[in-house]
Amino acid sequence: MASYNTSEFKKGLKVQLDGDPYIMIECNFVKPGKGQALYKCKLRNLLRGTVLDRTYKSGDSIEAAEIEEIQAQFLYRQADHFVFMDNESYEQYELTAEQVDDAWKYLKESMLCSIILHNGQPISMTPPNHVVLKVEYCEPGAKGNTATNVTKPCKVDTGAEFPCPAFINMGDLIKIDTRTGAYIERVKE
Amino acid sequence: MRDEKPPSNFRPTASWENLALRAELLRKVRAFFDGRGFLEVETPILSADTVVDRHLDPFVLSPLPANLRSVPGEGPGVRAEQGSCTPQPLTASPHPNPLPKGEGTLFLQTSPEFAMKRLLAAGGSAIYQVAKVFRQGEFGPLHNPEFTMVEWYRVGDSMAEGIQLTSDLCEALLSRGPADRVSYRQVFERHVGVDPLTAEAAELQAAAARWNLEVPEGLGDDRDGWLDLLLVERVQPRLGLGRPTIVYDYPASQAALSRVRPENPPVAERFELYVDGIELANGYHELVDAAELRRRNREVNARRRADGKIALPEHSRLLAAMDFGLPPCTGVALGFDRVVMVAAGAKSLAEVIAFPFDRA
Repeated sequence: MASYNTSEFKKGLKVQLDGDPYIMIECNFVKPGKGQALYKCKLRNLLRGTVLDRTYKSGDSIEAAEIEEIQAQFLYRQADHFVFMDNESYEQYELTAEQVDDAWKYLKESMLCSIILHNGQPISMTPPNHVVLKVEYCEPGAKGNTATNVTKPCKVDTGAEFPCPAFINMGDLIKIDTRTGAYIERVKE
Repeated sequence: MRDEKPPSNFRPTASWENLALRAELLRKVRAFFDGRGFLEVETPILSADTVVDRHLDPFVLSPLPANLRSVPGEGPGVRAEQGSCTPQPLTASPHPNPLPKGEGTLFLQTSPEFAMKRLLAAGGSAIYQVAKVFRQGEFGPLHNPEFTMVEWYRVGDSMAEGIQLTSDLCEALLSRGPADRVSYRQVFERHVGVDPLTAEAAELQAAAARWNLEVPEGLGDDRDGWLDLLLVERVQPRLGLGRPTIVYDYPASQAALSRVRPENPPVAERFELYVDGIELANGYHELVDAAELRRRNREVNARRRADGKIALPEHSRLLAAMDFGLPPCTGVALGFDRVVMVAAGAKSLAEVIAFPFDRA
């Protein structure tokens, strides 16, 4: 089993503790000039989101998590599950609503997403940074008002609502940043 | 721990303002020692000798293998990759790597201590140096594997005189008044509630539990390991918050290269300067007994092997100098980058080092 020595510790490292995968979100090196070096780490559980404090001595090691990232397209939603298909192996993966979290707002059929697998099981997914969605309902557009600082809620084809500028109309295609949920621009195609 | 992004950012991490402050403080250091009759010296950074310390790992350089010295038609790039400039990794393994065999193994110095003491044995009386030193594996907000050390020695100084000089230099550089003096025993009794000189490992472990400290595995009965943990977590952050603080009289087991005063319990005549919770300097009333240094070197290497680290050379020209006669003296090493950091009110060394390790 692969493992990481303290000299390899850094933010973003994916490790395994008591069978659960964790990501190192902080690693602070402390050492008295003539004394024992310590690595004070914060680790977030990738399944539960809980955060652990752990201190390691120089030379200690942690087991590496069997983490793999795949590209998969979104197929469909079935009740509380979201079904994706690995683009290379055609294998299908089911993620729970909890694992998909807020990303459901962006999911359209055949959208290519990245899925994190732990020991071959999906644990989380990330949509592309930018998605194009179709506005299905909003208050009528204010003609000539090109201001972007005044917003109104627009319901899109995934069922989610995003604040958009006043000039947006029903049927418009809008580009959204999935990392922030912010409107970027109106697009043609 | 190096940044894995492509090396595209050429810019310094320190502001020009902080680099100017750095230069100004360096002038003040030289003015301080020059004004007191110290002689500025330079000694090798690359040496066959190295300080033998349980927790200091030098960068080790081995000689270029003979078959790589002149390969016709091979560019310098190939040789740079395979040649002598690649530090040997010091890995922890059950069977520690022996040092590269044969003549020519060299160490980047973790401090200029050995060579400066050789100068004292050869007639030096008050000397100082501003040196680049190197410590493998030490990288964080308060550590950079390459850093600048100001180190000085004065023959005839007792520990108290060494502490006074350190306090004076600190005042000259940081203007925070004279340093408070407090013993290692007192700071532990105050901030931890144990006697660090007599407590067993189990008592220190109980103290760590009482203060809810997150404890690494495997400290076991390593008293010094527990003391270091308590020092880092409970004591250091509370030192030098108003006036600078100098902690003195360390446990004999942490004497390093200092003299041990045979009291009951014995204490090491070693001291450290703290400002804003940060360790700035470490000083010794120096050990001058060569036989005792030989004994400590053996003991340190035994511990290093047990820790899974390579042993370091026990024989050195320093021992030859001590056999000849090292005069009684006190010596101090000051982490200059940290002084600049504290003076600038910065939170990380990267703010005062032009190009820290991950951008070097």
